[in-house]
Amino acid sequence: SSWWSHVEMGPPDPILGVTEAFKRDTNSKKMNLGVGAYRDDNGKPYVLNCVRKAEAMIASQKMDKEYLPIAGLADFTRASAQLALGENSEAFKSGRYVTVQGISGTGSLRIGANFLQRFFKPSRDVYIPKPSWGNHTPIFRDAGLQLQAYRYYDPKTCSLDFSGAMDDISKIPEKSIILLHACAHNPTGVDPRQEQWKELAAVVKKRNLLVYFDMAYQGFASGDINRDAWAVRHFIEQGINIVLSQSYAKNMGLYGERAGAFTVICSDAEEAKRVESQLKILIRPMYSNPPLNGARIASIILNTPDLRKEWLVEVKGMADRIISMRTQLVSNLKKEGSSHNWQHITDQIGMFCFTGLKPEQVERLIKEFSIYMTKDGRISVAGVTSGNVGYLAHAIHQVTK
Amino acid sequence: LAAYRTDEGQPWVLPVVKKVEQMIANDKSLNHEYLPILGLPEFRANASRIALGDDSPAIKENRIGSVQSLGGTGALRIGAEFLRRWYNGNNNTATPVYISTPSWENHNSVFVDAGFKDIRTYHYWDAAKRGLDLQGLLGDMEKAPEFSIFILHACAHNPTGTDPTPDQWKQIAAVMKRRFLFPFFDSAYQGFASGSLDKDAWAVRYFVSEGFELFCAQSFSKNFGLYNERVGNLTVVGKDADNVQRVLSQMEKIVRTTWSNPPSQGARIVATTLSCPQLFAEWYDNVKTMADRVLLMRSELRSRLESLGTPGTWNHITEQIGMFSFTGLNPKQVEYMIKEKHIYLMASGRINMCGLTTKNLDYVAKSIHEAITKIQ
Repeated sequence: SSWWSHVEMGPPDPILGVTEAFKRDTNSKKMNLGVGAYRDDNGKPYVLNCVRKAEAMIASQKMDKEYLPIAGLADFTRASAQLALGENSEAFKSGRYVTVQGISGTGSLRIGANFLQRFFKPSRDVYIPKPSWGNHTPIFRDAGLQLQAYRYYDPKTCSLDFSGAMDDISKIPEKSIILLHACAHNPTGVDPRQEQWKELAAVVKKRNLLVYFDMAYQGFASGDINRDAWAVRHFIEQGINIVLSQSYAKNMGLYGERAGAFTVICSDAEEAKRVESQLKILIRPMYSNPPLNGARIASIILNTPDLRKEWLVEVKGMADRIISMRTQLVSNLKKEGSSHNWQHITDQIGMFCFTGLKPEQVERLIKEFSIYMTKDGRISVAGVTSGNVGYLAHAIHQVTK
Repeated sequence: LAAYRTDEGQPWVLPVVKKVEQMIANDKSLNHEYLPILGLPEFRANASRIALGDDSPAIKENRIGSVQSLGGTGALRIGAEFLRRWYNGNNNTATPVYISTPSWENHNSVFVDAGFKDIRTYHYWDAAKRGLDLQGLLGDMEKAPEFSIFILHACAHNPTGTDPTPDQWKQIAAVMKRRFLFPFFDSAYQGFASGSLDKDAWAVRYFVSEGFELFCAQSFSKNFGLYNERVGNLTVVGKDADNVQRVLSQMEKIVRTTWSNPPSQGARIVATTLSCPQLFAEWYDNVKTMADRVLLMRSELRSRLESLGTPGTWNHITEQIGMFSFTGLNPKQVEYMIKEKHIYLMASGRINMCGLTTKNLDYVAKSIHEAITKIQ
């Protein structure tokens, strides 16, 4: 007999299930709106030009393959911190931060979660928005923390339940951990406005909460890296020493290269050194040291003025295409004669959109129109093109009229 | 951290790796999309095939699984996390984990951070005879509680360079089978140790042929020289396909909260190389180059010490295998080497053979001779 007879089959990944069903579908009009990766207007993966240029530079440099330090590529981590905090950031200039390279967003979140489990003594509770990215819960749980929630999305309006959020957050026990999506909330696409962020910062400060920002879409949300990092920077300016995870999967299209970073804003540079030493102690028994390729590509882009400029244009291009698809979807729905209010589609931001569609309606979209999305009505706008937006609008109208 | 060095004391990017990297760079059809959670399929299959052998019964019987991991460390960690959750009951953090004395210093942390509460040591290095303490090792296995996990170095034991002989492995396997002990192999030097992939995988394959269910954490850092791309693989051998499938489904969940999916660059290089006969042959040749240089340095160092008449016996230098050698120098002698001769070795007397070159062999041999004759 086997050691593993009692091991249960893990539940199938819901998003994977969407893609599997999509692949089996023979309908030529099929659309995969479950995909969490950017697609160009032909529905194809997009390798950024600045990435290709950086790769060409790397190929010509003929460098060795020696281990990176545990904390990662220094040029990358420094540039990553500067990108998030802004070059005029007091926290950045004073060096009262530590940034370690992480395995894209997930790995960075996990390092942070493990660090908090080990060193944040006041609380075991992490408050995440309702809903949040599906992987947040198991990441914090596996790190040994507990999950709680605060109201966030209002399904009636398909927008932010700001009063609900403020109400819940104002009641969070002091010194708990709160997770905030810096921009382009996943899965809803609903972000607070700047005035709302100001109020959130004030209440979070009042409750003395440990703030954990997840920033996976800087630049990708509005097209402007500074605008997308506004909340992060505002909180720090208000004296809130946040922790932050960053991903370069979407904004540089480096998905499979796993480029990311985890940052802790500290009281001073000396504290940052001590924090760094403990982060390294956490990382070493996980994977020893991080992979070079993605970090080096990102570092070259961020640190080479011409390439950085080109990147900013390209990331804006991706964001603009998404925004344009939102606009076209809404106008096409109007053209179809839909009487519903679809404003939330253009109010929401980033890769994902909570359409407001109900499970039965989603079911019909899949069965009758071969349009695939998750049961919660979330679509990846990245999967929409000018070629299929009309079909999508038509189908949505059919199941909602 | 230990890495291979050429005779000029330089890092070495394998020629086949340069070639394949260029191929990848020139292939404009490639993109940077996410790999599946368990990794690049062509990498996983080839990596496990390298460990288990082309004609492995386990592969033929479709009862193996693979998880692409971030280096050997990542493979160890995923395996450790899985064992803590699913081995010997559910979430049994009390299952003893045995690590050799000495061992790679990170082994302990991997299993502690995975949640195991009872990490123990097993006898391994016999300092007096400068070899394997087989009786001590077997004794510990006899005394270990049933179902204990044993971390075994597949070849080129780090840091001693001392491996069990095939006959000794057979004895080890017999005890482990009788006492229901779980073998978790750490294979970081396959090919790099002897120059032969098959020879370096003999122990793992023997255990498979004896019907064990086991884990094998593989690293391609040394044998492909891909240190910083974090290329590793956790090979799972089970009783049958159904069990392996369920194990992999749970390992997927562990991967998802650790790194979601693994990095693609290194895996692509290895997969491309292993799946093309010509590139595979070139790689094998590159690996042999590294292994042969280390073997040469071992034999040259030994012969110099013997010529100098350095007190003691020096056959252990050539009997040991892999990157490291436990010279037998004591801490005082090591201090002499470092302070007076500027030769850096660990307090344990561990020397990195890759640091030896034809240029420095004489100096190192003379220094060891001095250290041993001057310092007791």
